[in-house]
Amino acid sequence: MHATTSSLRQSTRQTSRAKKPRNFRWRVVDIVVASVIGVASGVIFWAWGLAWSPLSAILAFTPGLEGLLAGGWLFAGVLGGLIIRKPGAAVYTEVVAAVVSMLIGTQWGFSTLIWGVVEGLGAEIILALFLYSNWRLGVALLAGAGAGVAVGLLDTTFTSYAALDFGYRVVYFVSAVVSGTVLAGLLSWLAVRGLARTGALSRFAAGREGSRAPSAAIS
Amino acid sequence: MSLLTPTIRPSVVARLNPVAKLAVALIVSCALLLSIDWVSAGVALLLEAGLLLWCGLSARQFWLRTAPVWIAAPMAMITTVLYGEDSGALLWQFGFISVTEGSAQLGLAIGLRVLAIGLPGIVLLATTDPTDLADGLAQVLRLPARFVLGGLAGLRLVGMFIEDWHSLTLARRARGVGDGGGLRGAARRFFGPAFSLLVISVRRGSKLATAMEARGFGSDEPRTWARPSRVRAADAVLVGIGFAIAGIAIGVAVWAGTWSFILA
Amino acid sequence: MLDTPPFPAGHGAQIRAVQIRARDWGWRHAGRHNQAVSGLDLQVTPGERVLLLGASGAGKSTLMHALAGVLGDAEDGDETGSLLIDGRRAAEARGRVGLVLQDPDSQVVLARVGDDVAFGCENLAVPRAEIWPRVRQALTEVGLDLPLDHPTSSLSGGQKQRLALAGVLAMRPGLLLLDEPTANLDPTGVIEVRDAVVRSLDHSGATFVVIEHRVEVWQDVVDRVIVLDPAGGVLADGPTREILSGQGERLAQAGVWVPALPPRFPTRSPITPAQTLLRAEGLAVGRVPFGRRAASVVAAGITLNLRAGTATVVTGPNGAGKSTLALTLAGLLKPAGGTLQASDTLAAGIVSEPHRWRSQQLLTRIGTVFQDPEHQFLAATVRADLQIGPRALGLSQAEQTSRVDELLHRLRLDHLADANPFTLSGGEKRRMSVATVLATRPRLLVLDEPTFGQDSRTWQELVTLLAELLDEGIALVAVTHDAQFVNALADEEYRLGMPDPIRLGTGAP
Repeated sequence: MHATTSSLRQSTRQTSRAKKPRNFRWRVVDIVVASVIGVASGVIFWAWGLAWSPLSAILAFTPGLEGLLAGGWLFAGVLGGLIIRKPGAAVYTEVVAAVVSMLIGTQWGFSTLIWGVVEGLGAEIILALFLYSNWRLGVALLAGAGAGVAVGLLDTTFTSYAALDFGYRVVYFVSAVVSGTVLAGLLSWLAVRGLARTGALSRFAAGREGSRAPSAAIS
Repeated sequence: MSLLTPTIRPSVVARLNPVAKLAVALIVSCALLLSIDWVSAGVALLLEAGLLLWCGLSARQFWLRTAPVWIAAPMAMITTVLYGEDSGALLWQFGFISVTEGSAQLGLAIGLRVLAIGLPGIVLLATTDPTDLADGLAQVLRLPARFVLGGLAGLRLVGMFIEDWHSLTLARRARGVGDGGGLRGAARRFFGPAFSLLVISVRRGSKLATAMEARGFGSDEPRTWARPSRVRAADAVLVGIGFAIAGIAIGVAVWAGTWSFILA
Repeated sequence: MLDTPPFPAGHGAQIRAVQIRARDWGWRHAGRHNQAVSGLDLQVTPGERVLLLGASGAGKSTLMHALAGVLGDAEDGDETGSLLIDGRRAAEARGRVGLVLQDPDSQVVLARVGDDVAFGCENLAVPRAEIWPRVRQALTEVGLDLPLDHPTSSLSGGQKQRLALAGVLAMRPGLLLLDEPTANLDPTGVIEVRDAVVRSLDHSGATFVVIEHRVEVWQDVVDRVIVLDPAGGVLADGPTREILSGQGERLAQAGVWVPALPPRFPTRSPITPAQTLLRAEGLAVGRVPFGRRAASVVAAGITLNLRAGTATVVTGPNGAGKSTLALTLAGLLKPAGGTLQASDTLAAGIVSEPHRWRSQQLLTRIGTVFQDPEHQFLAATVRADLQIGPRALGLSQAEQTSRVDELLHRLRLDHLADANPFTLSGGEKRRMSVATVLATRPRLLVLDEPTFGQDSRTWQELVTLLAELLDEGIALVAVTHDAQFVNALADEEYRLGMPDPIRLGTGAP
């Protein structure tokens, strides 16, 4: 029946912080919240995509600097990964965001989905390297950088940037990684911290660490 | 017409299985992504234009929704013409900018490619209802129902964002921070409501998850589907057309000698 | 009006009512120190109808969620004792229990009415041939007479709650749980939902447990009242009349609206003469839809005079434009027609149209309390949030601190000064949003549904506070459908749709 009956122990009435067995299976709340974040990010991605054309034209005095804008499409995966903290969270959230921005309508059409998968993987691989147990700022920044690497490689190989000179492609790659680290890594980490303080993450591990504050208990 | 769910007129295209539409968009995009040349992109675009006449979108909706593509294509073209890889005779030079025969050809190719990839994607998916798409993904492609339906439910919550955003902006005006403050003020006026919106939606998502679980969602038990997603002959025909377009585009490009495989 | 649905006889016999048994049951949420519920011993026989009451913090919602099997597993908390539905654990009895929650917007799963109701059946693996008849039956039971492809986003609050109820009823549950189902609804919606529930219970005979602090809505529907004790266990348990009369005082203290103990209305000492602060003549209000230039008018021909020390109440049916009017009077929306002018007393040297005032200028003139307090939260702690207004005015640090401390004290928020606003309870959030508005001492207060969903204690405090402010000379405009609020405070009532405001008494009943 309900598949997660595995670990409901009959504990005595003690308030010790007993170490719970790590459960990597996604609960419904994990799926829905990841989807909400993904969809909201997708709308922002779409808006960012609209703004991209004029913004990149401004930055085009040094071709390749448009990579600085790439981070705007990378934060969904890192944000999802930091909140849900389960395998696949980064990929799922980033893919949902890509699909939504694609559904609304972007110039990149179906390639948005492919990019979303690879970008999500970029962040996911980093999180997996840390065994899904380290969630500090450094890991968040690295995850953002990982997504930046992914999009940098994709863009300089398959898109119109592949038609640029080598020097410009390097500039693009590096700016993408920087953008990923700051816009995707740092911003996401700050957002999660802020979220945790509002109590919105009470059903997630991210919202429970060190939060024994005597704020109003919801019963 | 809301941003995410357009009003769909009943038409041949609207009744096609969303998975088939997805497959066509994927096939054509993949084929075109493999090379940057104006022949494959141009041929594909011509063939697609024929298909798009049957898309079921009104003229106004079509131009509105595909506007991002029409804006992006010329911009991408110009950028490539000016900064693209140079080859062939030099046509014009100014500082960093150098326009050559080669970069001009590349520019044309890029512009056509943006159109050829972007237009079908937008159109095919703009005529798809998200619930039908979810049904198709879960029943035809056998993706896990928990994730597909969870994603669909999340999509619905976002529909309330615009009203919430409006309320949040008005509230900020009432609190004395609605204007002024220069650049920092403007940044706060974006990030502040954005964060509040994030909090509100995560909370709503948690409540929705509870409601869904209370209706039996989330276990691994097999479930039934109230709306069957069927794959018909018309869908197979559509996928066939997709392969045909891809094949013809690549074939003509190879024959014309302009095909340049990216990964080579 | 309760009409019997035309179902074949014996249809209701398909549902077996559920028996609940709790033995020394307790739950502690992960990440919290204290047990949400402890030492609960209770038994509910099949077909019984129970009203669950208790002070906030007593664990009522936790118990409901546990009965529905949605509290979670070991990752979400620790369980002690046993809670059995028909002899099985709640998590294994999915489909036997239906739960309807408080927020109408957070329970709609799919975009079309029929699909949303069918969702529960799909999850329970009901064969497709049986799903759609069940959907139609459920919709008829709750009185939602809509086509199956009607979009769910265009439903009203009461309709959404009935949709959630239909979705639950389609699963044919033996236990129906309602967690404050009418808290976020207007009076019409409340009656609609209550009647739908009664119809369905009469038809199915399922066991029924409801949490609601408005007792009079349910007192004739339930046979038994159980009061939970915040310290653990059951405080009182027995037939409705007995418990309400025996525990009435205590319940009223805890915020329950006990019918026999109505709240006390404050006495007022009106100031005379009252100067006009804001005048509307032939005002038309409306919002500008996205992408258009002209506003779509929702209400027109409004003529109002807002005077210092008087409370004007705006009432009217849903959709009549009450909120839009409130926001326009507050200077947040541009009037769609007519004139809205502030007197010199209010404007104090700047232009007389409020919508043209700068944000800072609004602070000391008009304060707005939104229907959803969360929309007004700006900072990470209560104290910091209260300081935002005074700081925007450019007051000195010392003055800022003194104003904030005074308000924290007046509104009993001292102990919450460093808490994050989002973690406050409903009543505390409301008090905090009023405090933030008072920090800049505006002369006119605009309130949008100030008593929405409040328990009786918060209601009492709010009404007393507003009476004090009125006596100090502040003018009040409140949009509400709370008849008691109107009786307690209003000097003038403006019913949208009628040409002239109705002058009422000066406050005391």
